[in-house]
Amino acid sequence: MNISVQQEDFDPGAEIEQLRQANVGAIASFVGVVRDTGGDAAVSGMTLEHYPGMTEKALAGIVAEAEARWPLVGVRLIHRIGRLAPADRIVLVAVSSAHRAAAFAACEFIMDRLKTDAPFWKKETTPEGERWVAAKDSDRQAAERWC
Amino acid sequence: MIRILYFARLREELGCASEELPLPEAVTQVGQLVAWLKARDMKWEQALTSNFRVAVNLDMASLTTPLADGDEVALFPPVTGG
Repeated sequence: MNISVQQEDFDPGAEIEQLRQANVGAIASFVGVVRDTGGDAAVSGMTLEHYPGMTEKALAGIVAEAEARWPLVGVRLIHRIGRLAPADRIVLVAVSSAHRAAAFAACEFIMDRLKTDAPFWKKETTPEGERWVAAKDSDRQAAERWC
Repeated sequence: MIRILYFARLREELGCASEELPLPEAVTQVGQLVAWLKARDMKWEQALTSNFRVAVNLDMASLTTPLADGDEVALFPPVTGG
């Protein structure tokens, strides 16, 4: 398990390459990107706030749960904080396993749980000013289907 | 003493990122602390009416989670990372 919470950007290709080894048959990955719209408003940037200490603990708990549910070889999780612009990368989840089913499922599980359980908050900059992003009910439902 | 942290929209609405206070007498659960804070100040009364989440000692918690001296309690809006 390799988890980072950082301001700096990351290189998805290099991170995925780190997971490639002889006992791995599948690597699944997800990259979250800052969209330039939020609802009906144009978004020119966002700031990601988090709860230092709890963030790392929550992410480690989610990854540990994934490792208990699926036979994983490696997990790489990076979440950025601070000021981000449209098209910037926000989050990377990369999971390796002997076979693809576990890698796909664990990657999706980690993202779904991160959305509802990890203490990050997004504040968008729009033409009308700054606004906190509201939590989505669809994210809660996505996390609940793994229970 | 207990330490209370506020994040995101709640921190801005309250104008307060953190505070330390003696665990009020008769407060043994998170829900009782929230009620105590709301009774203490109108700003808390208003801010803690909307949907919020709570963590105790870095773990997600609920209104019935027990509280003890030395705990760190965090109050924040539903999370929106990822």
